[in-house]
Amino acid sequence: MRESGAELCQRRLHARVGLHARVGHVGGEKSVWLQRALLRGRSLMLLALVGAMLAPAIHIQAAERAAEDYGIPEVRLINEAVRAGWQDARLTPSGAATDGEWCRRVYLDLVGRIPTLSELEAFTKDSTADKKLRLVDRLLGDAFVDEYARSWTDVWTTVLVGRDTDNDMVSRPGMRQFLRRALSKNLPYDQFVRELVTASGSNTPGAENFNGATNFLAGKMEDNGIQAAARTAQVFLAMQVQCTQCHNHPFNKGKQNQFWEFNAFFRQARALRRFDGGNDVSSVELIDQDFAGEGGDPEEAEIYYELRNGLTKVAYPVFIDGAEISKSGYLPGTMSDGTPYGVNRRHELAEMMVASPLLSRAIVNRLWGHFFGYGFTKPVDDLGEHNTVTHPQLLDSLAESLVEASYDTKELMRWIVLSEAYGLSSRTTRGNSADDPAMGEQPMFSHFYLRQMTAEQLYESLLTATRADLTGNSEEQARLKDEWLGQFVIAFGTDDGADSTTFNGSIPQVLMMFNGAMIKAATATGKGGFLDSVASSSMPNAKKIEVLYEAALARRPTRRELVVANSLIGAREGDVTAALQDVWWAVLNSNEFIINH
Amino acid sequence: MPITSRPFASLASPSWASHSAQPLPAGMSRRHFMSHLAGAAALAAPATTFTNTLLANAQDMRKRHKAAILLWMGGGPSTMDIWDLKPGAPTGGPFKQISTSADGVAISEHMPLMAQQMHQMAIVRSMSTREADHMRGRYYMHTGYVPNPNVEHPSYGSVIAHELASQVPDLEIPPFVSVGGGSVGPGFLGMTWAPFVVDSSGRVRNLDMGIDQTRVNQRLEMLATIEKRFIGEERGGSARDHAKVLDRTVKLMTSEQMKAFKIDEEPEAVRERYGTTGFGRGCLMARRLVEQGVPFVEVDLGGWDNHQGIFNTLADNKLPELDKAMSALVEDLVQRGIYDDTAVIWMGEFGRTPNINGDGGRDHWARSWSVVVGGAGFRRGVAVGETSSDGKEIITEPYSSQDVMASVLKSLGISLETTFTATNGRPMKIANSGRVIQELFA
Repeated sequence: MRESGAELCQRRLHARVGLHARVGHVGGEKSVWLQRALLRGRSLMLLALVGAMLAPAIHIQAAERAAEDYGIPEVRLINEAVRAGWQDARLTPSGAATDGEWCRRVYLDLVGRIPTLSELEAFTKDSTADKKLRLVDRLLGDAFVDEYARSWTDVWTTVLVGRDTDNDMVSRPGMRQFLRRALSKNLPYDQFVRELVTASGSNTPGAENFNGATNFLAGKMEDNGIQAAARTAQVFLAMQVQCTQCHNHPFNKGKQNQFWEFNAFFRQARALRRFDGGNDVSSVELIDQDFAGEGGDPEEAEIYYELRNGLTKVAYPVFIDGAEISKSGYLPGTMSDGTPYGVNRRHELAEMMVASPLLSRAIVNRLWGHFFGYGFTKPVDDLGEHNTVTHPQLLDSLAESLVEASYDTKELMRWIVLSEAYGLSSRTTRGNSADDPAMGEQPMFSHFYLRQMTAEQLYESLLTATRADLTGNSEEQARLKDEWLGQFVIAFGTDDGADSTTFNGSIPQVLMMFNGAMIKAATATGKGGFLDSVASSSMPNAKKIEVLYEAALARRPTRRELVVANSLIGAREGDVTAALQDVWWAVLNSNEFIINH
Repeated sequence: MPITSRPFASLASPSWASHSAQPLPAGMSRRHFMSHLAGAAALAAPATTFTNTLLANAQDMRKRHKAAILLWMGGGPSTMDIWDLKPGAPTGGPFKQISTSADGVAISEHMPLMAQQMHQMAIVRSMSTREADHMRGRYYMHTGYVPNPNVEHPSYGSVIAHELASQVPDLEIPPFVSVGGGSVGPGFLGMTWAPFVVDSSGRVRNLDMGIDQTRVNQRLEMLATIEKRFIGEERGGSARDHAKVLDRTVKLMTSEQMKAFKIDEEPEAVRERYGTTGFGRGCLMARRLVEQGVPFVEVDLGGWDNHQGIFNTLADNKLPELDKAMSALVEDLVQRGIYDDTAVIWMGEFGRTPNINGDGGRDHWARSWSVVVGGAGFRRGVAVGETSSDGKEIITEPYSSQDVMASVLKSLGISLETTFTATNGRPMKIANSGRVIQELFA
């Protein structure tokens, strides 16, 4: 890895601090303080001062033995870069997660649910050295292609059209149909973006000229496509340009003209509502048509925007890197003498986007954030120059590797989940408890960061844990899930289509987990159901309790937990099914269940 | 089987707790649900019992407990069509202004009921902010801070609930309730101070486990065992936050105070006066919650993002709904003698462009707009600040989100010297060191 002069200098200084550090002994609190200072300030002065005055005992264990990389260069790249970060920040990584924890984690993050009992057992009982590699390849392979597509359809639906199920400009079934198809065949990411940005046709399945990809933009075309421009830049290029619509950005380089020049690419597009005969929208059709420009000259179809001082300025389509296209507002055609004219602005935009390094950096950051809980920047969709990147070289290298891998995002996922950092325990130690992004620190990935399951992951995990019998096709299942998810959604009703969720660890979520219909179903004791099948088996009671723990938490109960669970059997006067129901309710309601750890 | 009396509250704090937000105020008792079990049977008691208790409580609290109600206008309301009209100006739009019960203060003709209450309110007509994006504006107006990737700031409700909760030690329902909208979260104050989000029907879902209380307690004991073990493994703060929210939930499930959400218990005339709209019901619920001791209630009225056809939408729809509910709330608070302890704040994320766009709408505009306050320690019947004749400029001293926040805190007697320790260890002054708007105080 290349290193700048300043970084090299800093590294040397760290080494010197380390030398001092071995002299004395300082308690845990101070070393935590020191780590915090290192994480936060990284100032040379401070380092020198700290080194000289405190001389704490810091043990650097990193890199004595190379981490497993399965012979994959990108995995090695991640391991080395992340270790270098630990060394710089004087962090000691946590130990490896248990097999059960890692297995649960990788199922949740790759296919959106916890493993079944038999899947868990197959992994924990496997003693071969490359079992992680084989599990990852299996989850990313043909055997799981439907589950992978379902899970990532959930992720991308939220990113592309939000959670609001009441928006009549969006057909969620249409969006899902496009995503399931794209994800099932692992459409290369550049092509995925191209199809979303250039989509035309009707957004609703069954309508003539159906193209589900139109749903990304169909609801964002009002007010001259302001949201189309803002969200396209944010989602795919990690550029937050929405604020520059009204003024130059106060603290980054974003200029107002850039917003409108980007917006100009969307001005041939129109979203047309189709009605069902009454007042309800039955579908939305996204079309491209000739754009006359606000000045009325389609040969030079300009748009106008207003500066804060009231002056009006002109903009034509110009990409973020300054590349211009034809100013014509005509769609491509051929004149009677055979001369071609016109341009499709969205097609031109898509080609410039997929050729831009911003695209690969943005998706690497987004996926890194998916698997680690934090991206290289906060938030993941802001890679603007004003924002600090924790591991800039790693981000760039992975972005380059992804392009070389023909934008195969499954490859990128494979590199990430096989990395050393992804496999670490979430249990913090004295040597890394300061590495806590929830406390505003820059994430250094020295332990696995806790995060709550998404509502979608919870839903699928409950189905898995209770071996629910799934009937109906995938769209029917998705519709039922949407209905359930609807209870958490609060739409703001603003032009940016923003929403928030009460599935955020607050009281309504806990009430749902305590008493909601979904939990009542999951803890039902009816004949042939999950609890009944465990209770009526010939296993001893302790083993039955163990099954519940493994199914939900991927671990065995502790002795203390068995004692409490057994006392429940007593309290239920020997009604084992009822006692197991109580244990199961408690397990499903625990922090350990709902938190991906 | 043994049941501990505090299954979640007594969890040991791990080593990093000292870096987190301030602990609960000493006055805030963490009584456990067990102490309410005796009262559970009373849930079946006739409503009159509760009403009497409520009245007694209200009289009692009148002396001591302060509260705030934020009327949040999601989408960015056009304040120059409501509170600061420019009739005759090219930017003025079609609305006329009418005089009000406050000397020299005129407002929109579509706010006739509020016009009779303006002697109770103060308009700040010289708001000038920089955030004209919904997400950023919502965050900025709720917290006094612009969004920052490294720290999440607590919103109005979390800050005020945190500061005032010790005044109501017997409160069993959450101290920050958001009706009909998601508000903004507790940031570094932690999930204990998150908004409890309900819809305006007053029905809180999933309150009943459907099994007897003994068995509920046994389940909770099992749950506490798992919960504590996981926290003890020091995997991060969210494990402990989960337990804290469990505790609050258990407390709420068995609380008689949940009746405060039941607006159906109000006489029909009262419900009619507030209006049978979502916002009307929300405002009525806010009054009931404040009477019950809840220190902060936010009521959301969305639909102000009027890029098209703004004048019809305002005249036919938004303003009548707002006018009815807001005037009822102020009048009711005054009549019940709790207005002097209850601050009312009306605002959205920004205003709207003085220029009327080609679709007969107004777009986002943060540079010159209005907010309205009233109650608690605020001076009443005034309009503070002034905009230019076309509404595009502030021509007096401009005020910011943090200035409004500082003024609201002052009106409630909360010290502006209060400093929080953010999760990143930095001291953070309440209301972002905003300046009190002096004209709002007599």
